[in-house]
Amino acid sequence: MTDAARLPDLTEGADIGVWTRETGFATWNRFAAVNDEFVPIHMDDEAGRAAGMPGAFGQGNLLVSYLHAVVREWMGESGELVELSAQFRRPNLKGTVRAGGTLTSLTRTDTGLEARLDLWVTDADDAVLAPAAATVRFR
Amino acid sequence: MAAMYASAVSSLVTDAMRAALGTELSRTVSHPVSASDIRRWATAVYWPEPPPARYLSAEPPAPEDLNPFAWAVAEKSGAASATRLTGNDPDHTEKILGIAGPGLANQLNGGLTITYGTPMHVGDTITSVRTLDGYRERDGRLGRMLFTTTADTWTNQRGELVKRTALTLIRY
Repeated sequence: MTDAARLPDLTEGADIGVWTRETGFATWNRFAAVNDEFVPIHMDDEAGRAAGMPGAFGQGNLLVSYLHAVVREWMGESGELVELSAQFRRPNLKGTVRAGGTLTSLTRTDTGLEARLDLWVTDADDAVLAPAAATVRFR
Repeated sequence: MAAMYASAVSSLVTDAMRAALGTELSRTVSHPVSASDIRRWATAVYWPEPPPARYLSAEPPAPEDLNPFAWAVAEKSGAASATRLTGNDPDHTEKILGIAGPGLANQLNGGLTITYGTPMHVGDTITSVRTLDGYRERDGRLGRMLFTTTADTWTNQRGELVKRTALTLIRY
């Protein structure tokens, strides 16, 4: 975990780190339990196939939480999340997902230093499931 | 010109749908955010690793992505509360407003943009107001696609903005 007093590497182009999880029913069911998201496509391979996918697939909201987690681990308690956006391009089928990103720009504003991040979630084949972006402020 | 006319007459957005823009879909008030809500949320998201220790503390900070509306809410009103329709119907958004939808067969979650304000804390009561924000059409590989944006604004018990989420639903 990032130390509260320590700033992350604020160099443009810096890697923010990678969050890796093996996803499947064990992760999706836990998330469904806290997000009230027990939807058949996330719980049942047959329902996933009926929706045109190879099987069940994970919640987009869980990928968004993974993106929040990787940004939080990078910024520590010295940063605050200003904005986060994501697009869902491919389903999160069972297997490895990775969330990570790069610091693309820094801007000094009236309220602090704002870091713009390009983010992504990929699968085990490095296919992008969710391109994303975030802005983090350091006061 | 002919192509433009053809495009206009084949629009999926009816006058009734256009007139419904800005309508409140739902207004929901959460129960007070509890430390237990936060611990469980963090445990599920970080699993199988343990969550950061701060989320397991006596008074944990709320992660930005916490959903305080899961399972049970203190109050619910607005068009969505008056219907028993499920969210799996692609015309769900329009039907809860009592108008006909575009009648498309498929839907998927296109993405979201979240803008954050003041953080949530244990004891906060969060109000969500969801409105129909916009329609946009595009021709793609799957035919005419309808992009529907809803805006979900969360405020705390002091009226401070917690976050605003723009969600895009793609129907085709």
